Amino acid sequence: MWLSIAVILLILLVIFQISKASEYVAVLRGKDKAFKQSNKVNGFLMITFLVLGLIGVYWCNKILYPKTNLHLGSSSIEGQQVDNILWITIYLTGAVFLITQILLFWFAFKYQYKEGQKAYFYPHNSKLEIVWTTVPTIVLAVLIVFGLRSWALFTGDAPKNAMQIEVTGKQFGWIFRYPGKDGVFGKKYFKNIDDANNPLGLIWKDSAAMGQKADPAAKDDIIAQSTVYIVKNKPVKFIINSRDVIHDFGLTWFRMKMDAVPGTPTTMWFTPKYTTKEMIERTGNPNFAYEVSCDQLCGNGHYSMKGTIMVVTQAEYDAWLATQASAYATAFPETVAVAAAPAAVAPATSDSAAHH
Amino acid sequence: MSNELVLHSDVDVINEEFMHHAHGHEHHQPFITKYIFSMDHKMIAKQFLLSGIFWAIIGGLLSVVFRLQLGFPDQSFPILEELLGKKWAPGGHITADAYYALITIHGTVLLFFVLTGGLSGTFANFLIPLQIGARDMASPLMNMLSYWFFFTAGVIMLCSLFLETGPFAGGWQAYPPLSALADASKGSGAGMDYWTISMVLFVVSQLLGGLNYISTVLNLRTKGMSMTRLPLTVWALMLQAVLGVLSFPVLTAGFVLLIFDRHFGTSFYLSDIFVNGVGALSHEGGNAILYQHLFWFLGHPEVYIVILPAMGIVSEVMSVNARKPIFGYTAMIGSMFAIVVLAFLVWAHHMFVTGLNPFLGSIFVLLTLLIAIPSAIKAFNWITTLWKGNNIFRPGMMFAIGFVSLFISGGLTGIFLGNAAIDIHVHDTYFVIAHFHLVMGVAGFFGMFCGIYHWYPKMFGRYMNNTLGDVHFWITLIGAYCIFWPMYYEGMAGMPRRYYTYDTWESFKQFAELNKFISIAAIITFFAQFLFVFNFFYSMYKGRKVRESNPYHSNTLEWTTPINPGHGNWEGDLPEVHRWPYDYNKDGREFVTQVTPVEDGEELH
Repeated sequence: MWLSIAVILLILLVIFQISKASEYVAVLRGKDKAFKQSNKVNGFLMITFLVLGLIGVYWCNKILYPKTNLHLGSSSIEGQQVDNILWITIYLTGAVFLITQILLFWFAFKYQYKEGQKAYFYPHNSKLEIVWTTVPTIVLAVLIVFGLRSWALFTGDAPKNAMQIEVTGKQFGWIFRYPGKDGVFGKKYFKNIDDANNPLGLIWKDSAAMGQKADPAAKDDIIAQSTVYIVKNKPVKFIINSRDVIHDFGLTWFRMKMDAVPGTPTTMWFTPKYTTKEMIERTGNPNFAYEVSCDQLCGNGHYSMKGTIMVVTQAEYDAWLATQASAYATAFPETVAVAAAPAAVAPATSDSAAHH
Repeated sequence: MSNELVLHSDVDVINEEFMHHAHGHEHHQPFITKYIFSMDHKMIAKQFLLSGIFWAIIGGLLSVVFRLQLGFPDQSFPILEELLGKKWAPGGHITADAYYALITIHGTVLLFFVLTGGLSGTFANFLIPLQIGARDMASPLMNMLSYWFFFTAGVIMLCSLFLETGPFAGGWQAYPPLSALADASKGSGAGMDYWTISMVLFVVSQLLGGLNYISTVLNLRTKGMSMTRLPLTVWALMLQAVLGVLSFPVLTAGFVLLIFDRHFGTSFYLSDIFVNGVGALSHEGGNAILYQHLFWFLGHPEVYIVILPAMGIVSEVMSVNARKPIFGYTAMIGSMFAIVVLAFLVWAHHMFVTGLNPFLGSIFVLLTLLIAIPSAIKAFNWITTLWKGNNIFRPGMMFAIGFVSLFISGGLTGIFLGNAAIDIHVHDTYFVIAHFHLVMGVAGFFGMFCGIYHWYPKMFGRYMNNTLGDVHFWITLIGAYCIFWPMYYEGMAGMPRRYYTYDTWESFKQFAELNKFISIAAIITFFAQFLFVFNFFYSMYKGRKVRESNPYHSNTLEWTTPINPGHGNWEGDLPEVHRWPYDYNKDGREFVTQVTPVEDGEELH
């Protein structure tokens, strides 16, 4: 470490000495001559930078493009639209990038100072200026139209058959909730939160002090920590909450993202296209997982706030769901064991009775 | 007509006062009023510049430390333990708390203290009076106060680095609830108090400065200097001041509410919060997103506050060194106007994924992409300015060309981020980091370097070493691209920003090698900046002396002052202006200064 700092300092010193010497040489040889020479060198470097830069861009793309996983496409049906508009924008801006950078460095090189050369007095040209005002306007209008069409789809209502899952961010993890057999999310209140057995603060009991009445719909809700199961080709709608600070429910593979704001629920919906198993094959990565990343700085564990989405087939999902007990039953196992007791409600059994 | 009369009589009164003042004191000015509590705009500009350089080194150094973590998460650097102490870097490995503190202070310091205070503070103070033909700012006292508020803000921010719980660590935007709750993040305790106080003082400094810049440009222009004869630097500096004056107060309002939530039990931003290890808080009914609206109402104009002065400087320097008028002077002003107006109407594009009303989001998509049009016009105009020029590659000119290149490379990706349907994928990823560092961060620095190299002879009466400047330019340009260009790819893979390490992420760990490369590039580029720092200070004392009053054969008024102008700038009468500043190679004359009277039969541009 110290060695590398010493080396850096040494290099700086050498550059400095050379530069100082070059100034003395310039004074000795005549400022004018030295100026012309350095101007030529810099002009040459301008064009060199352009050429090497463009080669660098190509090379960078070659190495890094496969790592972006863009070639695998979006794993959600809606996300394909993100990819489409992304590609349209890449092509358009890419063309502008190439043209403008080439012109910039080419003009700098081509019209570098030459003795006796006169610059061309060219203060404005209305025709040109109108052209390069209208052309970008039209191009941007196209992008806006494409973009807003997709945006309306993403933020519009989820299809009627969509599965509903609630997700709650906390420092530093994700809690998922399924509505249970009744299909209704029970009420919750943050002052009921108890990390040991009621992490979302579901209202299971009457409480005069808090002015709340037990919500029967809360008793069959299923809570899952960090991993959530969803079904391939079935739209899923997430209702996103936060328990403490702002988080962001980021789903790179599905090209979706939405903040989790305490006190203000947000939503997101999409239709997964590939099961996790299929993605393991498509990526060739046996450890592949649809990771949920927190995309909003939420404290010192932000980087570790990972969740997992398991995309499975309907049959696998049903099998998984059958093994899940409600949060209430997990918190109070005795209510399941003594289902016959008059005061206690056994959610699993009583709910299924109510529905059939 | 009467307005004209009032303006000019005003100028005369002030002239007389200054003449008197300048002559009375110039021979025996004590050190403390000449260098410290100076009211000379040129000295205040240098104070801003030196503070800016100091903060740029601090801000850059912080990034070197966190880049070591990002590039080499498994390696330990004993030097870090020595520098930061056992608590922040045990075993030569920075902690997550330290990492988040570093990125937060890096952002705050570079954006506010360097690219806002350092850039516009330096050049607005230095160039406005000199280029409009004024003896000083409208209020030299307010101007001095502006610097000292800035200085105090810096001292407080610096102190916060040495707090036991560390400086603020919740990101430079300081979103509540994270920034409001000391139990949610260590830095949100005392660190956040220091941060808020520092920022409020900084806002005061900006307002004092900004009001001064605007009133000076509007009222103190010399005879003949109509608004349409102003150099683009002055236009840019005035317009950025307008942006600042209108938006900084809103930020302060946001901070005041935050202070209330933090200390006085209000619930402006807080609601339904359960903090691990503490339990449920009493706050109910607040909205955390309100802060983001208040913040970004400044936060977005802020990036134009940074980039407008850079644009102005680049336009001026490019024209001088291409020996050609800036192409489309009126269009340049028009597009800056458009940028100023639109800057106030696009803030919510930072909030597409906060659950913003989708219709509102659509409006912000439209307005955001509109702002690409004036930006595009400016880029095309710069390129056309180079066309058929006689380009002289002084370091200032090269930084101007580099600025345009970076502005294009960073600006084009704004079209991705401004489109909500793409933002939903790349929001808060490295794509954003690459975008704003290129278009605003590095480009802002390039504007600053461009101005410093160009006006250094006017500031200090000596030249900087050009060879050193050339080497500095090429390393910085190549370095900037090596650091930030590959980040676009990380962003397209969805790699989130502000992660301490990516080791455990199957979706992002493929970039480990790339992160190493970026870190090495960042460290080299950081150290290359010392070529500039050294050149700057060395040349101040040992640089080649300026012997001609107009070394660049430039048209603007600052070159009509003596080589080392005193307080009051011009000896004798103020110059009178007869034409715009861009008559280069017009009618066969290589340059025609603004004070040259119009000849009979000569056509004005």
